[in-house]
Amino acid sequence: MEYRNVLTTCAYCGCGCGLYLEVLDGKVVGTLAAKNHAISEGKLCVKGWNSHAYIHHADRLSTPQIRDRRGGELREATWDEALDFVARRLNEIKAESGPDAIGFMTSAKCTNEENYLVQKWARAVVGTNNVDHCARL
Amino acid sequence: MDRLALTQEAVKQLLESGEVEGVLALRASGPSTVLHLYRPGDDLADLALWPKYNAPKIMDLLLQAGPDARLGMVVRGCEERGLIELAKHNQVDLGRIQLIGVACSAEERDGCRCAWPYPSRIDVGEKTEGIADVLVAEHEKLSLEERAAFWQKHFARCIKCYACRTVCPQCFCEVCMLEDKLWVHTGTMTPPFPTYHLIRAYHTVAKCVGCMECEAACPADIPLPVLYALLRRDAEELFGYVPGRSVDELPPLVVETLPQGG
Repeated sequence: MEYRNVLTTCAYCGCGCGLYLEVLDGKVVGTLAAKNHAISEGKLCVKGWNSHAYIHHADRLSTPQIRDRRGGELREATWDEALDFVARRLNEIKAESGPDAIGFMTSAKCTNEENYLVQKWARAVVGTNNVDHCARL
Repeated sequence: MDRLALTQEAVKQLLESGEVEGVLALRASGPSTVLHLYRPGDDLADLALWPKYNAPKIMDLLLQAGPDARLGMVVRGCEERGLIELAKHNQVDLGRIQLIGVACSAEERDGCRCAWPYPSRIDVGEKTEGIADVLVAEHEKLSLEERAAFWQKHFARCIKCYACRTVCPQCFCEVCMLEDKLWVHTGTMTPPFPTYHLIRAYHTVAKCVGCMECEAACPADIPLPVLYALLRRDAEELFGYVPGRSVDELPPLVVETLPQGG
């Protein structure tokens, strides 16, 4: 039997609460609040306490999905295929309608560095200031 | 040797004895400690003593995961008493657990305002006497109206995170009343007074050993152990029952419902 805890940061919002994911025989089975943590001081909200719940959930998407045409069904795809599809369509939309026809949604769940990269990509590569994030929804 | 070195030595000996598959203890990790199952051959240098966690609940999880496993556990007084209550409710098999008893230091006792800071057998550390909970004493001075206002003020700050239920070693029901929409509505804050908190309070009677994990986990700093300590006192006065004192004492709910009181 193997039981250990892995220190990580809650992925539900931007607060950055500290928690441990309980790993039992290679599977994440629970959450413990990190006591003495500089931000959360051993406390979590109801979402934080359930940080483990989606990791092995049957409903979790484990592969990209593409909808080939409006109103069509989603089908499973590889990452290469999905990324190629997104790159091609972004280029097409930008050529047809200009960069402001494109918007970028980032997330409070991402790190500062990831969010920085998204806005850099939006502004410097695509050429739009349409950047927003889930915390304003 | 200090308490930490003595605990490490005791865990090492138990692991080397071959009697257990692993020993549940605290391990230094990042800003804190956390529970860890040490196995034979593991480096024990990062074994730690404080801050403690809700260890009985994790032992329950491990024993269920390994129906044949025999495990060791470093326990403080509250953790041993928590295991005893779990055993009485058929949650853990004490025959499969070997305990290494650690007495709490005076500082740790003061932090928990603990009345009983040592296990039944002390393998590590020296016994310090328990203290009265100063918050309970302050509560005793309040009038009935002041008490109602005191709890309403605290419960109004609850964010319904369920941490008190989630961390509690004595909360093991597969179907939790606090998730029944009849008593606790979904999608609204704060939880209805008094159902959420008083259902939980009644469910701790003759089970809560005062481990303080609910207080440590509460983001609203609600002094829940004060409420549970008062109920614990009532159970002792009315039924002579002290949670976790002895595995042979039947809970009053069982005794009182049997013919002739058992």
